[in-house]
Amino acid sequence: MTHRVRVTLPCLMLACCLVPALPAHGADREPAPVIYPVAQPGRALGFPRDHGAHPDYRTEWWYVTGWVEHEGIERGFQITFFRSRPGVQEDNESAFAPKQLLFAHAAIADPQRGRLLHDQRAAREGFGLAYARTATTDVAIDNWKLVRTGDGYHANIVSEDFILDLRLTPTQPLLLQGHDGFSRKGRLPHQASYYYSLPQLRVDGSVRTGDGTAAVKGTAWLDHEWSSEILPADAQGWDWVSVNLADGGALMAFRMRSVGGGTLWAGGSVRDRLGKLAVLGPEDVVFEPQRIWRSPRTGADYPVSMRLRAGRHDLVIEPLMDDQELDSSASTGIVYWEGAVRARSGGKTIGNGYLELTGYAGRPEM
Amino acid sequence: MFLRRLAGPLLTGPLLTNRTRVVLSVLAIALGVALGYAIQLINRAAIDEFDHAVRVLSGESDLTVRGARRGFSESVYPLLASRPEVRSASPMLEISARLAGRGDDGDFRSLDVLGVDIFRAVRIQPQLMVESVRRLDVLRADAVFLSPSAMQWLGLRTGDPLVFQVGTGRVQLRVAGRLPGAGAKQRIAVMDIAAAQKHFDRIGLINRMELRLAPAADIAAVAQRLQLLLPAGIYVEPPQTVAQTAVAMTRAYRVNLNVLALVALFTGGLLVFSTQALSVVQRRSQLALLRVLGVTQSGLVKLLVAEAALLGAAGSLLGLLLGLAGARLVLGSFGPDLGAGMFSGMQAQLTFEPVAALLFMLLGILAAVCGSAAPALEAARAAPAAALKAGDETRLFQRLTPVFPALLLLAAGAGSAFLPPVAGLPLFGYVSIALLLLGTIALVPRAAVTVLSRLPSPRRIEFALGLAQLRAAPGQAMVSLASVVAAVSLAASVAIMVISFRTSLENWLEHILPGEMFVRTSGQGETAFLSPAMQMLVSSVAGVRRVEFLAGQRIQLEPGHPPVTLLAREVDPRDPGRVLSLVGDVAEPHRDTPAVWISETVADVYRYRVGDVVQLPIGGRDVAVAVAGVWRDYARMNGALMMTLETYRELTGNDQVADAQLWLEDGADSEAVRRALRAVLPEEEVEISLPNELRQESLRIFDRTFAVTYALEAVAIVIGLAGLSASFSWVMSVVLIDVVNRQSFHWSMDVYLPWSGLAAFAGAMLAAAVAAAVASARRAVAGEAVRAVREDW
Repeated sequence: MTHRVRVTLPCLMLACCLVPALPAHGADREPAPVIYPVAQPGRALGFPRDHGAHPDYRTEWWYVTGWVEHEGIERGFQITFFRSRPGVQEDNESAFAPKQLLFAHAAIADPQRGRLLHDQRAAREGFGLAYARTATTDVAIDNWKLVRTGDGYHANIVSEDFILDLRLTPTQPLLLQGHDGFSRKGRLPHQASYYYSLPQLRVDGSVRTGDGTAAVKGTAWLDHEWSSEILPADAQGWDWVSVNLADGGALMAFRMRSVGGGTLWAGGSVRDRLGKLAVLGPEDVVFEPQRIWRSPRTGADYPVSMRLRAGRHDLVIEPLMDDQELDSSASTGIVYWEGAVRARSGGKTIGNGYLELTGYAGRPEM
Repeated sequence: MFLRRLAGPLLTGPLLTNRTRVVLSVLAIALGVALGYAIQLINRAAIDEFDHAVRVLSGESDLTVRGARRGFSESVYPLLASRPEVRSASPMLEISARLAGRGDDGDFRSLDVLGVDIFRAVRIQPQLMVESVRRLDVLRADAVFLSPSAMQWLGLRTGDPLVFQVGTGRVQLRVAGRLPGAGAKQRIAVMDIAAAQKHFDRIGLINRMELRLAPAADIAAVAQRLQLLLPAGIYVEPPQTVAQTAVAMTRAYRVNLNVLALVALFTGGLLVFSTQALSVVQRRSQLALLRVLGVTQSGLVKLLVAEAALLGAAGSLLGLLLGLAGARLVLGSFGPDLGAGMFSGMQAQLTFEPVAALLFMLLGILAAVCGSAAPALEAARAAPAAALKAGDETRLFQRLTPVFPALLLLAAGAGSAFLPPVAGLPLFGYVSIALLLLGTIALVPRAAVTVLSRLPSPRRIEFALGLAQLRAAPGQAMVSLASVVAAVSLAASVAIMVISFRTSLENWLEHILPGEMFVRTSGQGETAFLSPAMQMLVSSVAGVRRVEFLAGQRIQLEPGHPPVTLLAREVDPRDPGRVLSLVGDVAEPHRDTPAVWISETVADVYRYRVGDVVQLPIGGRDVAVAVAGVWRDYARMNGALMMTLETYRELTGNDQVADAQLWLEDGADSEAVRRALRAVLPEEEVEISLPNELRQESLRIFDRTFAVTYALEAVAIVIGLAGLSASFSWVMSVVLIDVVNRQSFHWSMDVYLPWSGLAAFAGAMLAAAVAAAVASARRAVAGEAVRAVREDW
């Protein structure tokens, strides 16, 4: 999905530090421009191979969001691993050659705290310290790890402010997004990715923060997506949401916004509790802002509450807490909102999920 | 009121009549203060800049891992980074890279380039963050980021090409942006570590790593644990140790200059003593009059001391101004290491230091006050009635110092010269010089009396009068002589030392570089070398009879010390003295253990002895070598070890060399050979020189290093231009050469006396003294003899 592309960019800019990257000037002096493979319709995904990394493609991510509960207190969490092939120094024999870069974000949304607890890591692949293996999901940056073991996943994130140690167990089959995993992102046919999800993951584990260690249980959603596609120049940002429905169903919807706020492209999917999948096209998805929250830090206005029409669903998305802004302007210069949300319909909660709002605090530059 | 009005002219009058002496006293004090203050300022600036440089490089690091300068296996990085105690690890490849096509100006030839993994560096060394205008430039192979100071120095801007020499080839990179966090005057470049490995031919190698430990870790304990995991020759130390090592390198040099400053102050004190002593004598009746008019003894002392303090204050003020100007000049033209070439790529910022200024001001006044104390007390003690009468003037000088204490001082001085250094400093060497100085000063009047009393009376009336005057008031004449002994001896002994050093260096160069032509890549930077193919080319040039190669790299023998240079050339183990300037005994070569010949610095610092078998960390493992001899090395002040080229190639697996020296076939035209070499070797990247060119180059560097010393010497000679003490200078210069130099810099040298210079100096002194004596005698006998007599009444 477009939302991950956008998050990858801030990570790359971490490498460039201090100054927001500007458009390239002059000719690229790298020996030969790297030819990235393009996502094509009709390629059948195969597992477990496609759980692993696809290092030829420009970008890839494994993205886990979910809700956990401990003694009646609900918290949201997000763990994301990005892989990027920047296309530099590919002919360099050095073990340090930055042919593959890895980035990771992790955050905990705790309403009692009122804002996100978050941290990030970045490294070039190599030396067994940072890697994205190809055989199956097995990515790590130092002691931040996400690995597929048997049928489940184990996520271990050791930060200075918190530790997440979670087991994710699938309860449903894979959900191939788009057309059998080929997911379009824009009007142009090459604006596409390979994309599958694992909704309704059962979560067990522990969350350790300054307040102590809590044994938690909950439900999560995993996305795995890879692509070489470049963001359309006329996009200002994206809205994206995934919901684990209380009845066992799963809903995902996204839209790409133009500079003027209009919708350039949209899509999504709904799988009902019986496993029947409906793929949503641009005309099936409508985001309608309901309530604006203004960040006291950046002054950005986020539509933290939305009315969402996705296929036959008509939902209201409401945040677990308003302030789930991820302000990493000190290191990456990118600010976005990524938060735990409830899906309500007819006055009652019908599911929990995550909402991502980007491009509201300035356009993320490539 | 009346007394005050009277005291004024009484005090200033003699100062005006003794103008030369006063000026000399003030100048001597000014010199001492200026020297001390300038050294303090320069040193402070250097330390500040160095600290900042270390902070930029080490950031918030808890431990620094260092090893062989060429590099050690990068496998050390995951080994340490994956340890639970280590929170973050930042691997680096630090290279002093040779700039191509930057001419022959020594400083302009290399730039410190840091290859970093920016993702790792940002967690420990935030100052290494770069300003990039193009996305991903920080990861591109051709991108290099310059500190603002480096940009200014090289005259480059973002987007400009920057060319380095690697081997005998060139690598063109592109200035991709700035490094805003670097020190204001720090000249460094940052680039991607993978690109640095590739471009500088160091694939698989790193040479430095910064570690940030888990919170609350016991740094010392972790360092010890990690050290056990590391291959030979790689050390884990806190970054402060690294900084201290570097600053300590210049300490001996600094202390030597500080001692010179103290000597200048001492000389100033002596000159004040001499001035005051004479003026007290000249004013004895005026002073007595003051007493009679009611000025108390202590009041008189206060007056005279105040007078000296005035001189001291004037000298100090002048000294502070001179010091500030001098420090500025030195920093501008020589850099914070005073031209000694210890901190390359660094320029320091000068800041006025009020506390130090006050301190040196007080020291200057103190020297003057101390110098005036004895004459002031003497004058106050004199009974006014007696003083008003004639013939009392010599009282002060009649109390000749006894011989015995003076001899004791000289003996103690001689003895201290044999004591070992304290904390790496030749403290006893200074003590020895001080004692010799004091002993001589104490002895001068007595010796003079003895000599003068034996002289036959000259026939001519002027000379006879002069001699009689000296005989009658030995102290008066001698004290002024003694007061200049210090200045002149030091000036002369420093001159002897510098000349000795320079001559030793010349001889050493001839001995150690006997070749007829030199091909060198080692001028500066660490990235230039001759590959085996280039070595073949050099050997096969027509007219070349024989070629000897020199290879080298820097290795770390012990933590807490700067790296030493491991050198290799063709050395015959049976006759190492042919190519090495050996000092002391040599050991028979071992059958199985390769031989190394160590420089005097290594012998002194690491306490290796001839015959020892020691472990050297070469290529990541400890290699046993036998110390076969000690040689004199003026080129590498952190120490060097020499081994045969064969052993070196075997142990390091490295077949690159830095330099070559060539012997030509009989009748070969050296210019033709040079042209032939130029044809096969790339222009600019390789220096081809004849022996005399190489010698001139070395001596030029030497002269630059000692420029400050030369300047000091010149001033000291001007100040001391009133006496002579050549023989004594000789003794002191021996102490300087054998004790102070050896203990400060671990250099031994032969003593060479600049005879012609000393003779000219002595002649000038003698002429001046004779002229002065004759002039005063003439005045005494000429014309108004009556008045002259009456004055004595």
